[in-house]
Amino acid sequence: MMSADPENEILLRGGRVLDPASGLDAPADVSIEGARISRVGPNLTSADARIIDASGCWVAPGFVDLHTHLREPGQEYKEDIRTGGRSAVAGGFTSIACMANTQPVNDDPATTDFILDRARQGSPARVYPVAAATRGLEGKVMTEMSALMAAGAVAFSDDGRTIMDSGVMRLVLEYSRLVEAPVMTHAEDRRLVAGGVVNEGEVSTRLGLPGNPAIAEVTLVERDLMLAEFTGAHLHVAHVSTRGAVERIRAARDRGVHVTAEVAPHHLALTDERLLDYDTNAKVAPPLRSEDDRIACRAGLADGTLDAIATDHAPHAQHEKELDFVEAPPGMIGFETALAVVLDMVREGEISPLELIRRLTINPARILRLEAGCLAEGSLADVVVIDPSRKWHYDPAKGYSKSQNSPWAGSDLEGRVLHTLVGGVPVFDAERGVLI
Amino acid sequence: MIGRDLLGIEDLDREDIVRILDTAEHMVEIGEREVKKVPTLRGRTVVNLFFEASTRTRASFEIAGKRLSADVINFTPSASSLKKSESILDTARTLDAMDPDAVVVRHSVAGVPRRIADVLGAPVINAGDGAHEHPTQALLDALTVRQQKGRVEGLTVTIIGDILHSRVARSNIYAFRKLGAEVRLAAPPPMIPAGVECLGVKAYTSLREALDGADVVMALRIQNERLGGAYVPSIREYSATFGLDRAKLDFAKDDVIVMHPGPVNRGVELSHDLADHRPSVILDQVRNGVALRMAVLYLFAGRATTPGSREVAGGAG
Repeated sequence: MMSADPENEILLRGGRVLDPASGLDAPADVSIEGARISRVGPNLTSADARIIDASGCWVAPGFVDLHTHLREPGQEYKEDIRTGGRSAVAGGFTSIACMANTQPVNDDPATTDFILDRARQGSPARVYPVAAATRGLEGKVMTEMSALMAAGAVAFSDDGRTIMDSGVMRLVLEYSRLVEAPVMTHAEDRRLVAGGVVNEGEVSTRLGLPGNPAIAEVTLVERDLMLAEFTGAHLHVAHVSTRGAVERIRAARDRGVHVTAEVAPHHLALTDERLLDYDTNAKVAPPLRSEDDRIACRAGLADGTLDAIATDHAPHAQHEKELDFVEAPPGMIGFETALAVVLDMVREGEISPLELIRRLTINPARILRLEAGCLAEGSLADVVVIDPSRKWHYDPAKGYSKSQNSPWAGSDLEGRVLHTLVGGVPVFDAERGVLI
Repeated sequence: MIGRDLLGIEDLDREDIVRILDTAEHMVEIGEREVKKVPTLRGRTVVNLFFEASTRTRASFEIAGKRLSADVINFTPSASSLKKSESILDTARTLDAMDPDAVVVRHSVAGVPRRIADVLGAPVINAGDGAHEHPTQALLDALTVRQQKGRVEGLTVTIIGDILHSRVARSNIYAFRKLGAEVRLAAPPPMIPAGVECLGVKAYTSLREALDGADVVMALRIQNERLGGAYVPSIREYSATFGLDRAKLDFAKDDVIVMHPGPVNRGVELSHDLADHRPSVILDQVRNGVALRMAVLYLFAGRATTPGSREVAGGAG
C-alpha cells in the first residue's frame, strides 16, 4: 500500500455500523485517529474532526479479497499493481491477495519483494502476495515456502493450474504446516476438463463448444479434502462453482478437516445460459455452471460452508477477448461490481447484511491471518461506507482497471461504495473517484 | 421473415425453412440448363471467409455464387498468422471496410460467425462453426429428403455417429424437428452430448432400436483423431457396431434412404457398397448443395440494397 499521511481525525457519522467480528449491527459513529479506529459508539463528537456523513449508509470494515490477478510483473498491458489496487478500493477492497501466475511466476522471494515494492509505490490497497506452491507453477517441485513467507507471502497456490500429481499435492500440504499458511487449490482435474470451455450440459450441447463437466471440480476437491485430512494442513478451496464441491466441503468440515473455501460473485449470480451469445467476457475458469449449482453456491455461502467471497479479478485485454471462444483467455474483472452483485442475496433475503459483510471482511482476513476486517477500537482504519440501494450504471471504460472484460458491462447495478479508507486515509469516494 | 444472417437453423422457423427449400427448387432448374448462369447477383460481392480448411463446401458456395453472377472472393486467413495474434473481430472489421454484400464464414470454433455478424454490416452465412451448426448442409439434406420422399413431416430420421462433435447433426436435428420429423440419434455413449434430449430427440446406444422403422438414415463422418482410443477403441470396433451395411439396414423401412454429409470414410461409416449405390443418395445431396446455396445467396446476399447497411437489410437472424 502507498503510504500517505492520515488526517488527524475523521468521524464517520450517522451510519449503520456492521462489524461482524464483534457482532455489532447498530446505528453508530466511527471515529478514526491517525491510522487506527479510536472509538465506535453513538453520538460521538469531535471539535476538529473531518466529518463524513454516513447517514442512510452502512459502515463496514474494508473488504478483503483472497483471490485476484494483478498481472504485474509481466503482463502490464492487462493490469498492474497500481491500477489493480485503484480498482480494488473503488470496489471497497482494502486488502487484496494476488495470485502467483505472473511472468516471472512469483515462486521466488525476489519476485515477492518486487510485488510488495510496487504495491508500496502505487497501490492504495494493501497487497498480499500469494506465492506459487510449486516452482514455475509446474506442479512438480515445491517452492521455498519459508523464504517466501519471510518475504511477505501469505499463502501458496498454483492458481490457474491444478497440481495434478497427487503425490506433489500431498507434499505441498504437508510442508505448508511448517509455515502455517493455507494452500489454495484451483480444483479442476485437467484430464476431465479435457479442453472444455463451458459447463458440460445442455448449454454446451446447444453451443457446440467443448464441455467442462462439474465432476472435474468435484473429484479434485474431494481429492484435496482427503489429502488435507490426511496431512492436517489448511486447505483453502478457490472459486467453488458446483453443488458437489459445496456438499463435499460441508461434509469434510463436519468431520473436522481444516478447510476453508471461497466463492466468486459471478458463480453466485450467473449461469452458463449467460454464454448463449458466445460472449467471451463471460468465459471464466471454472466456468459458469447450471442454475442448480448457482443455487447451491448461494446456499453454501449463506450457511457458512463457503467462508468468503473472492472476486478472482482476472483482467484480460480486449484483443485477447476478441479471439475465438476456445482461444480467448478465461477470466473477468470483478472489484468494482462485486458488492452490487452479491448484495442481491441480501435483497432476496438469503443472507443478512452482517453475514454478507462477514464473508467480505473478517472471514477472508482470518483465512490469510491478516490484520484486517474489523472495526474494533485500536484496529487499522480500513473502512468502507456503502449505500446498499444506490443505483448506478456500470461502464468498465470508466472504471479503474486497465481491462474491461466484465460480463456486467453496460448493466444497471444496485449498491455502491461511497467511501473507502485505508489506514485512516480516504482513498476513494464516489464523487471524486480514486484519490491517490 | 428471414433475418439478416443465416447463422443456424435454430434461429429459423418452419416457414423460413420451407421458403429456402422452395427457392432452392427453382435453382435446381437453373442447374439443369445448358447455360447454368443467371444475372441475379451481378455486381454483388460474396466473400468466402474460411478460417478452417474446406474443399467441398467452399467449392459449392463458389459455384453457387458464380451461377448467380456474383463476384466470389476466397479469403483464407492462414491459420498460423491468426492463431493467438489477430482478433477475429479485427479480421471482420477489415473485411467490413471492403463492403462485401455477403460473407460466408467457416471456423473450427463454435460461435465465430455469430461474433463476426455482430460487427459486420453485410449478411453472414454460416458455412460451419465448430460443433455448433452447419445450416446449409441441413437445408440441402432437408431438400434431398423432400425430393426423395415427397415430404418431411411424419418421417423418422436416424442420425448415426459422432453427434458430440458434429455441427451437421445439430443443424439437422433443428431442421428435421422444425419440419415435423422424428429424429433419433445412435452413437457410442462418449459421442452423445450431455443433455441432448433438450433438442427434442432421443438418443440410442442400440443401432438396431434406432433404425427400427426409420425412413431416413444419416451416417456422420468420423474424424480420424476421434478413433483409436479417444472416443471409441478402434475403427474396427466402430465399424462393427455403428458402421452401416445392408444387413443392419434391414432394421429400417424397406424404402429407407441413406445419407452422408461427405466425405465418406469407406468401410467405416458406410460399407463400400452402400456408399456408391441406392438406397444411398449422397450425390443427390452434393448436387442439391449447389442449388441450396444459390437459394441462400439469393435470399441473403441479394437483399442488402446499400452495402454495409444493417437497417436496410432488416433485423438480425
